[in-house]
Amino acid sequence: MTEPQLKPDAPAIVVQDLHKYFGDNEVLKGIDFHVDQGDVVCVIGPSGSGKSTLLRCVNLLEQPTSGKIFIEGAEVTDPDIDVDKVRSRIGMVFQQFNLFPHLTVLRNLTIAQQRVLKRGRDESAEVARRNLDKVGLADREDAYPAHLSGGQQQRVAIARALSMDPDMMLFDEPTSALDPELVGDVLGVMRDLAHEGMTMMVVTHEMGFAREVGDKLVFMDDGVIVEEGAPSDVLANPRHQRTQAFLSKVL
Amino acid sequence: MAMSPRKRAQVSRMAQYAVLLVLFVVLLAVADWTTLRQVFLDTGIMADMFPAVIATALKNTLLYTVAGFTFGLVLGLVLALMRLSSVGPYRWMATGFIEFFRGVPALVVFIALAYGVPLAFPGREIPGGIFGTVTVALGLVGGAYMAETIRAGIQAVPKGQMEAARSLGMPRSRAMRSIVVPQAFRIILPPLTNELILLTKDSSLVYVLGLGLSSYELTKFGRETMNQTNSLTPLVTVALCYLLITVPLSIVVRRMEARAERAG
Ligand SMILES: Nc1ncnc2c1ncn2[C@@H]1O[C@H](COP(=O)(O)OP(=O)(O)OP(=O)(O)O)[C@@H](O)[C@H]1O
Ligand SMILES: [Mg+2]
Repeated sequence: MTEPQLKPDAPAIVVQDLHKYFGDNEVLKGIDFHVDQGDVVCVIGPSGSGKSTLLRCVNLLEQPTSGKIFIEGAEVTDPDIDVDKVRSRIGMVFQQFNLFPHLTVLRNLTIAQQRVLKRGRDESAEVARRNLDKVGLADREDAYPAHLSGGQQQRVAIARALSMDPDMMLFDEPTSALDPELVGDVLGVMRDLAHEGMTMMVVTHEMGFAREVGDKLVFMDDGVIVEEGAPSDVLANPRHQRTQAFLSKVL
Repeated sequence: MAMSPRKRAQVSRMAQYAVLLVLFVVLLAVADWTTLRQVFLDTGIMADMFPAVIATALKNTLLYTVAGFTFGLVLGLVLALMRLSSVGPYRWMATGFIEFFRGVPALVVFIALAYGVPLAFPGREIPGGIFGTVTVALGLVGGAYMAETIRAGIQAVPKGQMEAARSLGMPRSRAMRSIVVPQAFRIILPPLTNELILLTKDSSLVYVLGLGLSSYELTKFGRETMNQTNSLTPLVTVALCYLLITVPLSIVVRRMEARAERAG
């Protein structure tokens, strides 16, 4: 087991010729792409195109079949790497929130700080409260997840990831499970994060967010990256026919 | 004569009530109440059984059951985790163990431990004497059943819980312990309580170990007293004692299930 040598000046995420099979089904068919430090990269594409799989490969929730992934210059697809160490540097936000339902909001935010980062009780609670405040839920630390709205749960999930002081954040359709009126609060929190300079990779259907906040937009279809570029460019002048077809449906 | 379905159901119900009533009246008329009372509910014998029936017998039943259940719970958790392991030999060993102890009568396990262990390991015995032997026997049997329950509970926890924990950097074992297993136990609390009820009754099998007076649990105590009195009253008394334990547990289970249904 080797400690990953993370270099803060290297690109945040580099993916080289990534292939992923589920059985005989090739879901990712050779993906090359990178995310620079401080950038917000949005990934769009039709259902089943492999967006979630790509995101989950980045923090190794899925094991790539072949290809290489580098996080801050360290090859994490190296079989000897300490995966847990890498993951603790990468925040992940899920479509279904995945808060721990048996723990209070505060405990959701402190448990990994204590168990993984070995922070003390007071320090972890202080970090947790700072992040709850940031997502506008300072008054809900004693609540259980079931007593929060979907939008509140997702903001807690973001605060939970932030409490690990990650170098980058991955979002997998963070607003897709929310009632429309709750989407704005979550996007607001993400926008603030972006403005603070957080490196973010966001799978989303929110084209407005991609255009306004994104530094780069990636369009995926059928396991490949069809097109990427500045969000306003791609959205206004999609070059590929498949991109045009997708955008004409969602815009 | 044409009847609506509702009317027909009503008539059929009335007929059933009538039959039950007749049976009850006949029973009342035929029964010899004095004899019955003497055989089943002789209050004098009952009074003589106190306080030993509580202070020794009920106490020992509870002690054996709780110790066996605790050992079984730990064993069951270990077996469940082995069953879910990615290491083949762990899975096979756990499966073999579970199938064996679920498939063999608890009585056989008790006899094997009582007579087999001294034969197989001359000069050695299970530490803790009778108490240790009951604990191990009940634990082995209960653990095999609980392992499958616990495994099902762990698998019922949504996959996203493990993924969220791993994405925060927790190693698999830590995520299991802090996130998945606590949620699994909430799910399986009702079936585990049922297992506790079963073990309460299985604790009566301790009689094969040949007990001294101070180790008597309810069943053994009831049988011995019955031999001395020529009445079934002692057995009725200990049966009531069992119900004292198991009925409240059943009620708790039913409450938990009702609550889970409302929540889910
Ligand atoms: N664990 C798995 N086992 C087998 N097949 C899978 C698994 N996960 C995903 N797939 C398949 O991989 C393909 C890509 O799935 P993925 O979830 O990455 O798509 P997506 O772009 O995120 O879609 P959506 O917009 O619906 O979330 C789909 O055909 C899916 O059925
Ligand atoms: Mg997806």
